[in-house]
Amino acid sequence: MKKKLDVVGKARRRVDGRAKVTGALRFADDLSMPRMLHAKLLRSPHPHAVVEQVKTEKAAKHPGVHLVLTGKDFPIPFGIMPVSVDEYPLARERVRYVGDPVAAVIARDEQTALAAAELIEVSYRVLPPVGSPQEGLQRPEPRIHDYGEQGNIHRNQAYEFGDVAEALGNSDLVFEDLYFYEGNTHLPMEQQASLAFLDQDGKLQISSSTQNPHYLHRQLARVLQVPEARIRVLATPNGGAFGGKCDPGGHEFVVGKAALLLGRPVKIGLTREEVFYVHRGRHPVLMKMRTGVTKDGMLTGMHLQTLLDGGGYGSHGPASTFYTGVLTPVTYHYPRFKFEACRVFTNKPACGPKRGHGTPQPRFGQEVQLDRIAEQLGIDPAELRLKNLMKANSLTASWLRVGSIGLEECIRKVTGMSGWKERRGKLGRGRGLGLACSTYMCGAGVAIYWNKMPHSGVQVLLDRSGSVIVYCGATEIGQGSDDVLAAVVAETLGVGTDVVRVVSGDTGITPVDLGSYSSRVTIMAGNAAVQAAERLRASLAGAVSETLGTLPDRVVFSQGKVYAAEDPSRAMSFVEAVAIAEAALGTLSAVGSYSPPKPPGKYKGSGVGPSPAYSFTACVVETQVDERTGWIHVPRIWIAHDIGRALNPTLARGQVVGGVYMGLGEALMEEQAFRRLPERLSGALVHRGPSMLDYKSLTSLDMPEVEVALIEDPDPNCPYGAKEVGQGPLLPVMPALANAIYDAVGVRIDEIPITPDKVLRALDSKEKRVGPQTFPAVPYPQPVFVLPPWEGGDGKEVKRDAAPAVV
Amino acid sequence: MKSVHLRLTVNGEERELLFHGYKTLLEVLREELGLTGTKHGCELGECGACTVLLDGAPVLSCLVLGLECEGRSVQTIEGLARGPELHPLQAAFTDFGGSQCGYCTPGVIMAAKALLERNPQPTAQEIKEATAGNLCRCTGYNQIVEAIEDAAAKLRAEAK
Repeated sequence: MKKKLDVVGKARRRVDGRAKVTGALRFADDLSMPRMLHAKLLRSPHPHAVVEQVKTEKAAKHPGVHLVLTGKDFPIPFGIMPVSVDEYPLARERVRYVGDPVAAVIARDEQTALAAAELIEVSYRVLPPVGSPQEGLQRPEPRIHDYGEQGNIHRNQAYEFGDVAEALGNSDLVFEDLYFYEGNTHLPMEQQASLAFLDQDGKLQISSSTQNPHYLHRQLARVLQVPEARIRVLATPNGGAFGGKCDPGGHEFVVGKAALLLGRPVKIGLTREEVFYVHRGRHPVLMKMRTGVTKDGMLTGMHLQTLLDGGGYGSHGPASTFYTGVLTPVTYHYPRFKFEACRVFTNKPACGPKRGHGTPQPRFGQEVQLDRIAEQLGIDPAELRLKNLMKANSLTASWLRVGSIGLEECIRKVTGMSGWKERRGKLGRGRGLGLACSTYMCGAGVAIYWNKMPHSGVQVLLDRSGSVIVYCGATEIGQGSDDVLAAVVAETLGVGTDVVRVVSGDTGITPVDLGSYSSRVTIMAGNAAVQAAERLRASLAGAVSETLGTLPDRVVFSQGKVYAAEDPSRAMSFVEAVAIAEAALGTLSAVGSYSPPKPPGKYKGSGVGPSPAYSFTACVVETQVDERTGWIHVPRIWIAHDIGRALNPTLARGQVVGGVYMGLGEALMEEQAFRRLPERLSGALVHRGPSMLDYKSLTSLDMPEVEVALIEDPDPNCPYGAKEVGQGPLLPVMPALANAIYDAVGVRIDEIPITPDKVLRALDSKEKRVGPQTFPAVPYPQPVFVLPPWEGGDGKEVKRDAAPAVV
Repeated sequence: MKSVHLRLTVNGEERELLFHGYKTLLEVLREELGLTGTKHGCELGECGACTVLLDGAPVLSCLVLGLECEGRSVQTIEGLARGPELHPLQAAFTDFGGSQCGYCTPGVIMAAKALLERNPQPTAQEIKEATAGNLCRCTGYNQIVEAIEDAAAKLRAEAK
């Protein structure tokens, strides 16, 4: 029986809120056990070298040392994606970046482990490092890995949806632009930590700051050769993650192995410097975009080329490579679309998924180019976007099914809030407004490893006490996943979140959920939780309907009461209802599962990009640029996010402002950049500053006021209509800032970050631009050719010759 | 390694301990006293996560040696609540979304407490200045400022 919402949509203290403000919440490094030992890793000082010998005798004899591990102890590699299993917990024959772990010492305390690690003698034969993808393409030998497409190319892919050359040829105008997006890192406040031990039954248990306990579980079993059923992974609450705790880390295998060998608890906590080396952050991406338009501003097609700097290992790279293309045609209708993407190995820390995974880079280029197109055609940038919006419930040229779209309302909202029409171009020299839009997935449609099982499972348990326990493998990384689960279950059962306990992220006792990545928890774990709770509600309704003198489907559950819809005075408490049902039916528990819908695309590679729903965002940035110093001040940002429904508006707004913050940091200053030491000092590639002082991020003083609008149009694929909000709001900030700077001082900064020196250089330049000048010759393969839905395609690859001529 | 003796007051209780003299106040709190509510994000004085109050003044406990605290008084996040009731700063941080992952939260709250003790009615700008040394990667700071403003108002009302 439908009722109005009691919990969902109401601002509420999050269920784990109290623990976070009292210091009671236990993060991984807060854990300690009797007889616990401490591990430290020895890391490579070379970006690229053959490991010829590792001598550990002196370290092993050091007083207080219990164990020394090297690559020899780990013959089996790991990798989060089955196609990129290329990494060892401790390097064996080769090190591939400064910071690659080579050996580990387990000792009575950290000081002893650190001292002993210095006694390990490693002989390296230094190899020439590859510093950039351009260099990697030019110099295929020596190969960084002995797998991949060719030379140092890790992944190379090309897709074409309709004949793009023809579309561009028939366009009134074709815009060709180059963009570059520098890499940056997650910088979670919590450094990774793990504690492993053998439980009372001798099973391996590991508490770790991971976003993906399920994937870590699988990888631990593989690398340590222990059956999965004898390993329990507990994801401790993450002190921020942002994608940086998705990959298993060498340190997790090291403490696991050490605990197995020593039979004692072993803990490791990474230093801040080590966190910069573990990285897995934003890929540096060079982009070339060719976009066709008609004179009246209708997009005709896009040809997008990307070149990714992958770093030393595969990580999520195959997916990242796809993501530099696949979500580009989701915001606007491109009748034809082609993208080519290439990821090259380099001798730097591996890149991987960071908030927005692979998509902020092309979104930056796309949205800056649209600004240029609008200017050239004399169309307002907001109007140009509105003209080309994707339609709700339609397919992209690349066969992504896009359901609800709130982007039009987002654009209208932010242009209204910012006074776009009245103020843009009228703020005076040095001040400007810029607009940009974006979209993101609500969960990846396909699991990281191929399987037909659900993406999320939830079990809900009730008993006569009236307490509700929700078990789910989803991981609380600060985003509020426990609160989402509590909210949707409480709403469905008509109770308050105060009687709900969420047990999450524990592979020993919770049903599998794939993890906290790809903005999937609200939709996937949320849907599974709703299903479980609905099943329980149906059981309760059936058990109490007679007592209430009504039919089961007329029983209402609301605010701790259970009553007949036609006569609310025929009522009982939720606790009484549970007791009646428990007496009638026995122990009360139900499970729910969620699997995303099958994607309509049938070509190889069509599994990356589909999602049950997409969120949309529009953003206006205001800026003041000092033309003497290049200093960029951002006083205000307006952002509207199509969230479907805000389950807890306080948390939703927090995700939006947090996304804006991280996007603005990337836009203005965050850089995971490297420099080459002088030849006399080895010529090695080193991190420019693996510390929080050198890696600049916004402080409270740099952060503008952010005005947030949540656009709520419930999506039928999502629990109570709620779409994602964790990643989407970051994405439009960088291009909106670039466009605002152009509006302010008339220069195009076609690369991220946008720093004062670049603004000054652009002001001094003839072309009033700073950005990449050339795009290298990349040996992209023949594209997989698929006809768009409106050209008679069926979602499968067609041989180019067989494609019917387009009239 | 030789142990040293230390006597200090932590959250109003006198504590006496023997520990390795190289340990920072952060390590003394977390490892010797089991007060893991104080976090660390860099152990180099860059992030503010380990902020505690030393004789009422905010300090980065990773940059203070335990030995420097002889006879002094330390306040940590664990000592803030009033019995079972949250301190207004704690309540506001969670009710206004000033705490997401919660890792920087103890440090920011302690910095805010020091601010409100010397300036019960700070402007937003003064709040931002007082917490500028506390990095937060989740919130974007807006809701932290709102939380501190709310707590300040509640504390002023209490003082009346």
